[in-house]
Amino acid sequence: MRPAERMMGRLAARPGERILGWLAMGALAAAAIMALVVAPDDAQQGTVYRLMYVHVPSAWLAYLSFFVVFVASIAFLKTGKIRWDRLAASSAEIGVLFTALTIVLGSVWGKPVWGTWWTWDPRLTTTALMLLIYVGYLAVRKLSDNPRRRGRWAAVVGIVGFADIPVVQLSVTWWRSLHQQPSFQLGHVTMAPIMTATLLVAVAAFTLLYVYLMSLRLRVGRLEERAVATALSPRLGQRPDALIAEMDGAGQGSVAEPAEELEPEATRRA
Amino acid sequence: MTFLRQSAAVAGKDLRIEVRGRYALGAVLPFAATLLVAFGLSLGPDRVLLQRTAPGLLWLAVLFAAVLASRRAYESESEDGALEGLLLAPVDKAAVYLGKAAAVAAQLLVLEVIVMTLVSALFSLSLGGNLPALAAAFVLGTTGLAGVGALFGALDASARAREAVFPLLVLPLATPVLVAGVKATAIATSGTGGTLGSWIGLLVAFDLMILAAGTLVYGYLLED
Repeated sequence: MRPAERMMGRLAARPGERILGWLAMGALAAAAIMALVVAPDDAQQGTVYRLMYVHVPSAWLAYLSFFVVFVASIAFLKTGKIRWDRLAASSAEIGVLFTALTIVLGSVWGKPVWGTWWTWDPRLTTTALMLLIYVGYLAVRKLSDNPRRRGRWAAVVGIVGFADIPVVQLSVTWWRSLHQQPSFQLGHVTMAPIMTATLLVAVAAFTLLYVYLMSLRLRVGRLEERAVATALSPRLGQRPDALIAEMDGAGQGSVAEPAEELEPEATRRA
Repeated sequence: MTFLRQSAAVAGKDLRIEVRGRYALGAVLPFAATLLVAFGLSLGPDRVLLQRTAPGLLWLAVLFAAVLASRRAYESESEDGALEGLLLAPVDKAAVYLGKAAAVAAQLLVLEVIVMTLVSALFSLSLGGNLPALAAAFVLGTTGLAGVGALFGALDASARAREAVFPLLVLPLATPVLVAGVKATAIATSGTGGTLGSWIGLLVAFDLMILAAGTLVYGYLLED
């Protein structure tokens, strides 16, 4: 059971990751104190507006994550290295989580302020469509077990989906405003400096949280890969590390089908 | 062969399959018609309500028909290793994509003319208001839908087991076509003008976006 033990060893967080985790935690605590204690009530909305300090950073993370998916998808198609696909997949999962959170928090905020859980506001509608597009992205990832094919399909969705967001945004904005007056004004036109500062701290804290979650998710992805390589290595007669290097396509782009192509070779050896 | 002739060859092949098999005419069109009757029944016989919702229902029927037609464009490819043959052919992958999209668009346009006649009868929607604008909206909207469908249909062909994934991808991505198509149709049929140009412009923007992105990435979907 030595490989399993080695894997357990790798499960323990690395020092850098642990520091990052504490930093994110500290920043979130600071943001919470500023948002709940330091920042004053809103003149019109009272205390409910404090939801902004989690709602806006969540929305920011959603866009940040999907931008990372877009860039990593292009990098994967260009280089063929699995690590870019892992990055895109991790970022998409976190992005979907925070998009859903943005919508839920928006609803909770909207109920007391607008008197309804949902309104067909352009920003709300775009966020909902963005959630659907990236749920589709995650569904595409389940279509194939072949890591390279899965990566290519997902990358295409990651690129086209991101390019589509501005057009979707424009269409739903016009859809509301060209024929009806916008019923609600979201956000604040002017904010007190302390509110702006609190919001910036919250955004920074959420960004740290994103980096921490990414490093966790990337490590899980590497562990999954190692588990597959360890399981395959006796049959393929290759060391796990060599298999992983081969799967990552480092240096050459010709290793198209690791699982399927290596199979006949193994039977030949046997 | 030049790029355009390669596209035309792929489009011609797909249209020949349709002419001989008559899937769009025999299955997709009746489906769209059934959908429209079901919409009518679910909304009730209120004439004003039906008239007001007709552009939306029309585009929903077109959207669902586009999903079926795009899937069909790859169904024949997944049989007898036809897709491998297409991939081995010395043609540009982007030409294959544009050819497939053109074939899907051509089938949809024929279908739309029939569906539109049906809608004008069932929902008492008068089409005469601004016919050139209506035609432009449908040609542009159909191009965009075919662009999305011909791109992700390739993915559907290789993974036929999970059929819900394809509509899940197409429907949210095609939102701008639905929104702009419905608005442009409503304006064109009522003959009021106004913001028509913005919606046509949006359809053009969507078409350019999806065809450019699709041309760039299509090869990666098929590469194996």
